[in-house]
This record gives sequence, structure tokens and C-alpha cells, in this order.
Amino acid sequence: MSITVKNIYKRFSNFNALNDVSLEFPTGKLVALLGPSGCGKTTLLRIIAGLEQADRGEIWLEGVNASKLHVRERQIGFMFQHYALFQHMNVFDNIAFGLRMKPRHQRSSESVIVKRVNELLELVQLANLAQRYPAQLSGGQRQRIALARALAINPRVLLLDEPFGALDAQVRKDLRRWLRQLHDELHITSIFVTHDQEEALEVADQIVLMHKGQVEQMGSPLEVFTQPATPFAYNFLGTVNRFEGTWQQGHLHSAGDGVHLPHQTLPAGIAEGDSVIAFARPHEVRVVPSCEQLAPHGIKAKIARILAFGPTARIELVRTHEHSSQPEYYEANIPTHEIQQLQLYEGQAVKVQPTRLQVFAA
Amino acid sequence: MATAKTFRVLPGFGLTLGYTLVYLSLIVLIPLAAVFIKATSLSFADFWQTVTDPQVVSSYRVTFLTSLAAAAINVIFGLLLAWSLVRYEFWGKRVVDALIDLPFALPTAVAGITLSALYAKNGWIGSLLAPLGIKVAFTPLGILVALTFIGLPFVVRTIQPVLQELSLEFEEAATTLGANRWQASRYVVLPALLPAIITGFTLAFARAVGEYGSVVFIAGNIPMVSEITPLLIITRLEQFDVAGATAIAVVMLVVSFILLLVINVLQHWASSQGSRLKEGKAA
Repeated sequence: MSITVKNIYKRFSNFNALNDVSLEFPTGKLVALLGPSGCGKTTLLRIIAGLEQADRGEIWLEGVNASKLHVRERQIGFMFQHYALFQHMNVFDNIAFGLRMKPRHQRSSESVIVKRVNELLELVQLANLAQRYPAQLSGGQRQRIALARALAINPRVLLLDEPFGALDAQVRKDLRRWLRQLHDELHITSIFVTHDQEEALEVADQIVLMHKGQVEQMGSPLEVFTQPATPFAYNFLGTVNRFEGTWQQGHLHSAGDGVHLPHQTLPAGIAEGDSVIAFARPHEVRVVPSCEQLAPHGIKAKIARILAFGPTARIELVRTHEHSSQPEYYEANIPTHEIQQLQLYEGQAVKVQPTRLQVFAA
Repeated sequence: MATAKTFRVLPGFGLTLGYTLVYLSLIVLIPLAAVFIKATSLSFADFWQTVTDPQVVSSYRVTFLTSLAAAAINVIFGLLLAWSLVRYEFWGKRVVDALIDLPFALPTAVAGITLSALYAKNGWIGSLLAPLGIKVAFTPLGILVALTFIGLPFVVRTIQPVLQELSLEFEEAATTLGANRWQASRYVVLPALLPAIITGFTLAFARAVGEYGSVVFIAGNIPMVSEITPLLIITRLEQFDVAGATAIAVVMLVVSFILLLVINVLQHWASSQGSRLKEGKAA
């Protein structure tokens, strides 16, 4: 089922949580709402669920305007960040809750309910825990029960608020994979909120990157990672090196250093001599000893640390120049064997040479 | 054979336990024991005759029934009050919140006189009720009004903090699962509040059983109709019948103790459900 969000505005007493957000969530896909805390992602999720009312704008479910529908009538599965399992009910009763609350004429007989709950317990692989109470479960088990409870009402859409937020690192990783598999089985249109870019990249079919109440970029994980549309998107997704300066004749001039990139294409709207912000991923950066003839250009820096575990080494660098009061840090990923070839060592003066830059107007 | 000394992180177990027992004995147990000892100065026949006197038996009924009824009324309306105070913002909320404690602070005699003035046939409220054939002052109904008044803060003040702690998420979860307002309250909120409700009920009830000051003014103290047990005890004392007074007091103590014990068992059962709630939230 498709979800369409049209021009949503939401203001809390003194801050704009959502500012003209319009989105189209494709049927059967798992979409991540990604952004830093306070970007409005949870508010948007709650508005789609009907737990919050938008000041302006519309929510369409399956081509029907659902803006005025009550939460109860939207038939949406919602999983809360801390799961909100009913503590005085055991696992079985928790899952059966939605089925038992139906109006009498729609309610299934108890035997049908028992059958359905057992199916769901099978689905989340916790059939042996039916009689336990939520307090007796681990975090990961609680999450699965919360999911089973949300699925019990045959929701048209599944909304998950920070589904992995309350779990520790190892469990989180397992559950991510499990959630992805479950989605591939059920194909129910799902949206989950997260502030963890790795989680979004790994689990989602589509990523909606949000910032300050607006949509910054929407696309597949690959698109969003490799072609960030804005400086914010670049900064937020993955590690990135940031250079500020002016652009002149294929050179980035930055505080006395120059980077020469003759084949670099400039985005429209940037003219010669403009101030720019440029980004390069750690793997798009070369590190060359300063003395070498090889290094007529580049950003002067010092190697702070070399982490040579595995085939790719990580080099942490500090920029060295007089003009800046704040230290600037860079990161480079290079094949480990090159460290010996180039004879790099910690404390060495080097030049950082980006091989590719993504340039934005400052 | 020497057993290994139990290791405790918190020191002073012996000291605190000893202190607790001594203090409890001084303040509670010794005075109560004195009541029992004093009562034994009567022969069993005299004792039995005193405590089964029809006038006395009817006073037990009045006392315990009105106390239970008042506690029940307080649970219902105290719950509503606590709910409004926790869940809604309104102008003057602070003042309302402070007003709730007034029955705690007011001398009970003042409350009694005020209530009887209000509910008397010519009082502000009494005069409105009189044409309907409802008499409040000088009837058991008047006792009920007084006991409800003094018991209210106990219920509100025990439910309020628990309700405050109860996350709205639980109700929201119930709603997304299709529960209507009533179902969410009945199946999700109420079970979570049950331990606090029982505690509030117990406190209000215990307070009402022992209440004297506010009741004697509004009750009218008509024998067999609106006489409460504490009043009978005072009457005996005024007649220098100390043994008779303590005999009645012993019966009151025993009945109260049994009732409180029953409520405590209920309480234990309910809080074993409630403790799961807390653990779950912390995790």
C-alpha cells in the first residue's frame, strides 16, 4: 500500500518540527527516515500514524485521504521505541490485544485468535515464550513481541520508531538482518525512523534524509551514499573530508594550499572565483610525503595516527597551517601495502591529495 | 560449626532493625498492648456484654460501613481528580492541587462544624436537598459526607505520582491496536494503577474508621442510627468506665486489623503485577 505525504507543516510552541514535507512512499518497500535528533523524523512518523495532527497538509493512504481518520481507523502497525508492551499481560495476551479489542461483530472467536497468535509467535520465533511477561524478556525478544503485536491486526502499513535504538550493539546487528528478512517475507509497506546512517544504509530499500524539518534527499542507499545532494547529506552519511576555499581554473585554493583537479566538473551555478565547500570520502584521498617531487600540490598535513588493520589502512591527519585557529582533521583509507611503499609514519609531514571532489557553493 | 559471615554491601543491618523494632514498640505496640491489658480487667462475661450491647453493635455497623463506602467514593472521584491534574493543563491547576491537601491540614472539628452548617436543613446545601426529601445532616449520610471529605487527599496523593510516571505510550499503543478510549483505560491504564488505587483506598478507609472530630458534629449521634464507635468510646470515658471503653476499642482494633490485613494481601497481589511494570520500564 502506498503512503503519500502532502505539504505537511507541524509547529510545536516555539519550533518548526516539519516544514512543507511532501513524500511518496512506494508500496511494499522498507523506507528509512534518517536524520539527526530534532530533524522531525519521529514527528512525521507519528503524523502518518495519526498519533499527532499536522497543522497543515494531508496524509493519503492507498489513494484515500486519511488526514481526518482516527488512529484506530487507519489500521496501522506502530512499534514504539521502547516497545510499550503491556507489562501486566503476558506475551500471548499482548499479541492478542488488538484482536480482542475489535468491536464484537468484527471480532474473531477465541479459537481463531489463539491460532493467529500462535502463528505470529512462530513468525517471530518465540513460540516458547507465550506465557512470559515482558519484564522477563531480553531487549531483542521484547522488540520481536512488539512487532508481532503490531502485525496481529493485519496492518496496511508498518511504522517503526527507532526500532533498534534501545538495544545493545550485537543484538542490534542480528535484529537488523532479521527485520530485513521478515520484510522480504511479508512485503508490507514499512517506514522506520533512525538516526544511525549505517542502520539505514544496511536495512532500507529507500532512504529519506531529513534535516531541520525538511527532506534533504530521497533515494536508494547507494544513491544517497555516493551522490549526496547537499553538504548536509555529505556530512551526515559516512565519514567525509571537508575542504573550504575558492575555485579557480581547476584549482581549489584553500588557505595557502592548492588542490589541482583538472578533470573535475563543476556543478552549475558555481563560477570562477566563487567560495566553495568541497568533500572527498576517505577512499578518494591520497597521502603523499611532502618532500617528494610527486607532490607539487595538496593540503599540507601531519599524520596523527596510522591504523593498519586488515587490507585497508586508516590514516588520521591533522592539517598544518598558520591561518586556522581550529585544527582540521582528515581521514584517508589506503591499501595497507602502500604504507610501506610510501614509507609513511606517524608524525610525518605529508600532503593530502583528493582524487575526486564533490563541490558545493559555500 | 562456624558458618561464613554473610556479606552485606550496606552496613548497619542489626542497628537499623533494632532501631525499627524499638521505635515501633514504643510508638505503636506498647500503647496497643496496654489497651488489651486494660480490657482484661473486665471478666469475660462483662466484656462480652459490653461489646455485644445492641447500641454498640449498631455503632460498629455504622462506622465500618460508612468508612468503606467513603473510601470507595473517594477512590472513584479521587481517581478522576488525579487524572485531571496529571493529564490536563488548565488555569488554576496549582490552586486546585493545593486545595486537595486542605482536609489534611484542617482541624477535623472545623470541618465537622462547617459541614453540618452547610448540610443542615437551613444550610446552603441542605436547604436545596430538603425539598427532594434528602436529609444529610444528623443521618448516616452526613457521616458519609464527613468521611469522604477527610479521606480524599489520601487517594489523590497516592494515585497522582503513579499516573504521572505512566507513559502515554501505553495508551497510544492500545489505540494503534484498535482499542477505543474506554478499552485503553480499562485494560491498559487501570491495571497499572491498581496497586496505587488499593493503597489509596486502604489509607482513606483506615483514616475514616478512626475519625471522630468531624463526624460527631454532623452525625447527630442518634443511638442505633448515626452513632459511631469512637463516640461510644468517648462517652464511656466520660462516665469513667475506662474498662468498658477499652473493651470496645479492642473489638475495633481487631476488626480494623483483619480488614487491613485482607487489603494488604490484595495489595501484595496487585503490586506483584505492578512490579513487573516498573522492571519493564527500566529495561
